Amino acid sequence: MIRRTMLVLTASVAAFTMATGFAVAQDVLKLGASAPKTGPLAGGAAVTHWPNIKLWIHEVNGRGGLKVGDKRLKVELVEYDDKTSGEEAVKNIQRLATVDKVDFIVSPYGTGLNAATAPIIARHGYPHIAATAATDSVAVFAKRWPNSFWLLGSSTQQAQGAVAALEKARKAGHIGNRVAVVHVADAFGLELIAAGKPALQKAGFEIVYEANYPLGTQDLAPIVSQAKAARPDAFVAFSYPPDTFALTEQAQIQKLEVGAFYVGVGTAFPSYIGRFKDTANGILGIGGVNMASKEMQEYRRKHREVTNAEADYWASAMTYASLQILEQAIERAGTLDRAAVIAEIKKTPAKTVLGELPLADNINHRLWTVGQWQDGVFHGVASTGLEGAREPIRKPAWK
Amino acid sequence: MEILVTGILLGGTYALIALGLTLQYGVARIMNLANGETLVAAGFIAFWLFTSYQVSPLWGLLVIAPVAFAVNWAIYVWLLRPLVDRAKNQGMLEVDSILATFGLLFLFQGLMLRSFGGAYVSYTFLAERFTIFGSPYGLNRVVAFLAAALIGASLWSFLYLTRRGTAVRAVAVNPHSSNLVGIDVAGTAALAFALGGALTACGGTLLSTFYTFNASMGVLFTIKALIIVIMGGVGDVRGAVLAALILGVAETSVASLVDPGLTLSATYALFILVLLFRPQGIFGRQQT
Repeated sequence: MIRRTMLVLTASVAAFTMATGFAVAQDVLKLGASAPKTGPLAGGAAVTHWPNIKLWIHEVNGRGGLKVGDKRLKVELVEYDDKTSGEEAVKNIQRLATVDKVDFIVSPYGTGLNAATAPIIARHGYPHIAATAATDSVAVFAKRWPNSFWLLGSSTQQAQGAVAALEKARKAGHIGNRVAVVHVADAFGLELIAAGKPALQKAGFEIVYEANYPLGTQDLAPIVSQAKAARPDAFVAFSYPPDTFALTEQAQIQKLEVGAFYVGVGTAFPSYIGRFKDTANGILGIGGVNMASKEMQEYRRKHREVTNAEADYWASAMTYASLQILEQAIERAGTLDRAAVIAEIKKTPAKTVLGELPLADNINHRLWTVGQWQDGVFHGVASTGLEGAREPIRKPAWK
Repeated sequence: MEILVTGILLGGTYALIALGLTLQYGVARIMNLANGETLVAAGFIAFWLFTSYQVSPLWGLLVIAPVAFAVNWAIYVWLLRPLVDRAKNQGMLEVDSILATFGLLFLFQGLMLRSFGGAYVSYTFLAERFTIFGSPYGLNRVVAFLAAALIGASLWSFLYLTRRGTAVRAVAVNPHSSNLVGIDVAGTAALAFALGGALTACGGTLLSTFYTFNASMGVLFTIKALIIVIMGGVGDVRGAVLAALILGVAETSVASLVDPGLTLSATYALFILVLLFRPQGIFGRQQT
């Protein structure tokens, strides 16, 4: 059903662009996007990925378009649903490159889909600025595909960030050495635990409870009660959004009192604070922003105005930054030549909502690793190379 | 004790997921693959009523259940009856209905995506502590369990104590002979399908008070429901409830005593055991 509707849709989109495209062929920059609208990752993409593309196009076209040489090009979007499937994503990229003949491509969403499409994006020579892929393979990927740029860091960085935040909390006297660690049994959770466990041990923490659970589990009462029985000072979960929500609710119900409570992915979502409100105060998770920065405040305001939704406090800004990087590189290069744009991305750091992001080695080293809800805002408390980190507060007792 | 209570509460949740499908598959003989989507759609409506109009999901049931009943009745009469009429035997109907409801699954998913977007949805309702034997449990799960018990009991009394219910059971056992003794098979099947849809929607409404869901998650619930229905014995309400409770307690025990990573393995191990030693399900009848 969906496939057929999509076919009709794409056909009409194609017909439409052909009808209008020829008249203004020179004044349009065609941007292709393939990311999940359905499937397991659709929930994240709907918050983090699609609204930022919409916002960026709105901004650029509002300024009159991208300045390429002495021309102003309006951005026109061709978008496809990859159904959270690598195969489908590869087909979409192929189609964007050969049928729609887009000028540039927005990176897909998530670690797996970015890795799956990297070879085909490289084959067509597009710059690939991955804003939502966090894996330990980024160094390998960056070498293998010189057209690719990896903004969200590695799992090791994220896990070490979490441990760094715990160390800060221990130094401040919020917690002792006893830590309970749980993780989802999926690539993401496994990578984080593989990096996180040695980091915890090296920092002198004692792991008093460790468990994993299958992907998609939302009945986590046994895990929380077992963790509670181990009397930890801190609770760390490398979890996906539905389980992040479920763990938080169970911890609240069972009164798992710890000085530091870390869960995520999903903690940085607006729906997290929407659901837990004041209870979220003091909860740690992946992500964070520097709300003292003018650019960030401005970005979040516009995001709210244009997309009618709050940006999340982690990869949303990074996704927007990835488009700013592309925009500035195109304008500086003054051409739509992809190789020239790739060279330009490497050469000059772009000024983004997150500050300057140098990409000389194709990897971004400046990112927030841990944030904490403090009075309704998810402030960054640990980062690599970014300014404006706040001190973590002690997690107040559950209500 | 804590394990047992947590497990039984989880079993109640599972019963809510599976009861609707038991009726739809067992009586109306429609293997409804869009079962999970019905459940998620009800969750979305409960969420929408709660956040936009501050209607409690429990009151929401009064709206959602009748609407789901009507919609499922219409689906059966317009979409599935032609398949029933042209099917030469049970097998053919099963294949056709699987294909048709597979399409329905995508239609529902697309409609939900259209109206609610793809993002995760959750809200807080009755996320309070409720103490049983000195241990705290989520009040929303307790409420869902009580509702499951209530629904299960009323369904049982309907099926076993009323004339109409007896007719429903007769159709479940043998549609052709039921026809011979003057039961309106077509009407009864439509009733069972619609009732099943309404039950699934009730389940979705109650589950949305503690589950986080999005438009693409229906299939997870369909799979769980399928396992429970087949374990319990197709078309037997008692079997489905029992299977749900067994799964709930087994998963919780494994998670607490062995390893939370093995809950899925425990589920499928039980499923395989039942298939090996009692392929007709716990309460199922031997095929004659």
